Amino acid sequence: MYSLETRKLCKSFGALTVADNIDFRLEPGARHALIGPNGAGKTTFVNMLMGALAPSSGEILLGGEEITHIGQSSRVRRGLGRTFQVTTLFRSLPALDNVALGIAERQRVATRLWRPASSYREIIDEARSLLAGLGLADDAATRVADLPYGKQRLVEIAIALGLKPKVLLLDEPAAGVPSHESEIILSNLAKLPPDIAILIIEHDMDLVFRFAQRITVLVQGVVLVEGPPEEIARDERVHQVYLGEQHG
Amino acid sequence: MSGHFSGYSADPRIRWTEWLPWLAALAFFFLLPGYLSLGARILIFILFALSLDLILGYAGIVTLGHSAFFGLGAYTAGALGAHTGLTDPFAQLAAAAALSALLGLATGAVILRTRALTLLMLTLAITAILLEIANKWTRMTGGADGLSGVKVGEILGLFRFDLYGKTAFLYCLVLLFIGWWVVRRIVYSPYGAMLTGIRENAARMHAIGAPVYWRLVLIYTISATMAGVAGALLTQVNQFVGLNVLGLEPSGDILVMLILGGVGRLYGAFIGPVVYLVAQDYLAKQYPEYWYLGIGALLIVVVLFARGGILGILDVFTGNKKAL
Repeated sequence: MYSLETRKLCKSFGALTVADNIDFRLEPGARHALIGPNGAGKTTFVNMLMGALAPSSGEILLGGEEITHIGQSSRVRRGLGRTFQVTTLFRSLPALDNVALGIAERQRVATRLWRPASSYREIIDEARSLLAGLGLADDAATRVADLPYGKQRLVEIAIALGLKPKVLLLDEPAAGVPSHESEIILSNLAKLPPDIAILIIEHDMDLVFRFAQRITVLVQGVVLVEGPPEEIARDERVHQVYLGEQHG
Repeated sequence: MSGHFSGYSADPRIRWTEWLPWLAALAFFFLLPGYLSLGARILIFILFALSLDLILGYAGIVTLGHSAFFGLGAYTAGALGAHTGLTDPFAQLAAAAALSALLGLATGAVILRTRALTLLMLTLAITAILLEIANKWTRMTGGADGLSGVKVGEILGLFRFDLYGKTAFLYCLVLLFIGWWVVRRIVYSPYGAMLTGIRENAARMHAIGAPVYWRLVLIYTISATMAGVAGALLTQVNQFVGLNVLGLEPSGDILVMLILGGVGRLYGAFIGPVVYLVAQDYLAKQYPEYWYLGIGALLIVVVLFARGGILGILDVFTGNKKAL
């Protein structure tokens, strides 16, 4: 059984097909990358996986269970977590609260109306240890808007981890991070719990080839090729449509 | 920067400054006995503003229709007191609360699927519809003449509403205190933290698994209930209810009061009505025809120079800590 699977997933806007019969499989504990040139349909694919966009046809399965038609928040509660390409945080709240809000949802205490939030020690402790695990121990009390961008990207990951997902979609985790900070992101990605199946959508080829054990190349809504990094690096078609752009 | 108001990092203990409004209210009671009816009116509008702050300030729901619940509460108490034998004040409040809650739940479930301008127009439409019903259903509401002869019994069978408004003032003060306490609990609770999350970034709330819509419907219902109680109080204190409790005008007034005081902070809902109603009382005596001009000027000054409302000015002195 796969952690995440799509069967003949299609999406078209009128005559424009942005996802064409995508059959995709994510193994348990996978480190899988989805790459492709701009406009390949990566974001559309992620949005369909998360339930932000309804597919035209096809199925999505999470841990063998069909989730094609259920809403975004129920998918999250079933173990599908994500980070955003553009940092999507509670900007005026401290880093601690950013993470605690997610943990509270997972623990089903977010709807409690009476006891002060700050008295839920177990949630706060968990949030603190998650932040500490990503090297943000000293930033817990800082408003995330005041954190450097690289650290904001890590808070994004901390929130997702707080949901204890079975499958985690990382949408360009290093996007917008200055190169001297991207190493922190990568070293933290390497430390993520091995039982989480991770799908990373990324432009930075260096990061992809260091992180991923499997790569899927998407071109114009079609899976062009899938395989381990060495194969992808050698593949002529991939060079033509994608890597060729970068390496001349 | 740790002076963040609610949430997991906040200190929920009551600060000494938070007792000041209550001390001020008691001082008002003993020192200004001639102004108790104005005082009771202020307390009622603070309760109304608090209910609005809960949805606007914390959950980020913009509304021009909050008077729908205030007005429904006011007319519920009025109709019971004028047409039926149900004159017990708490029974009237309970009925007003129940009907307002129902209206909040029913309308919230429909309109909270929309956002921004659409939502604003829908809230306005609902209070406009209620205004028209109240205007046309004269047998029940007295129509444009208002509903007079509202009978309100003794509180707990003990305290009669007196001519000087002493009972009314203390009655409103006690209910405001309860309302404040409930709102404060909610604001500091995980639910309050979660609402702040929705206001800050709804997309992120979806992505952490929160069913945002249902969460908003619940807080909208709670807020509607409180607004209904505030409306019922106004009827009981005046023993009269008129069309001015419904429609755009009272919705706009309460919004202006909250903006004056400071949106999204518990005590903005306290300061705003005090400033607004005292200014209104003073200006209406001096310049009966132009008093709105003064309120307008005040609002412009606050919006231009103190975006956080009057309480926002205090932040400057306390080093940006959102102390109140």
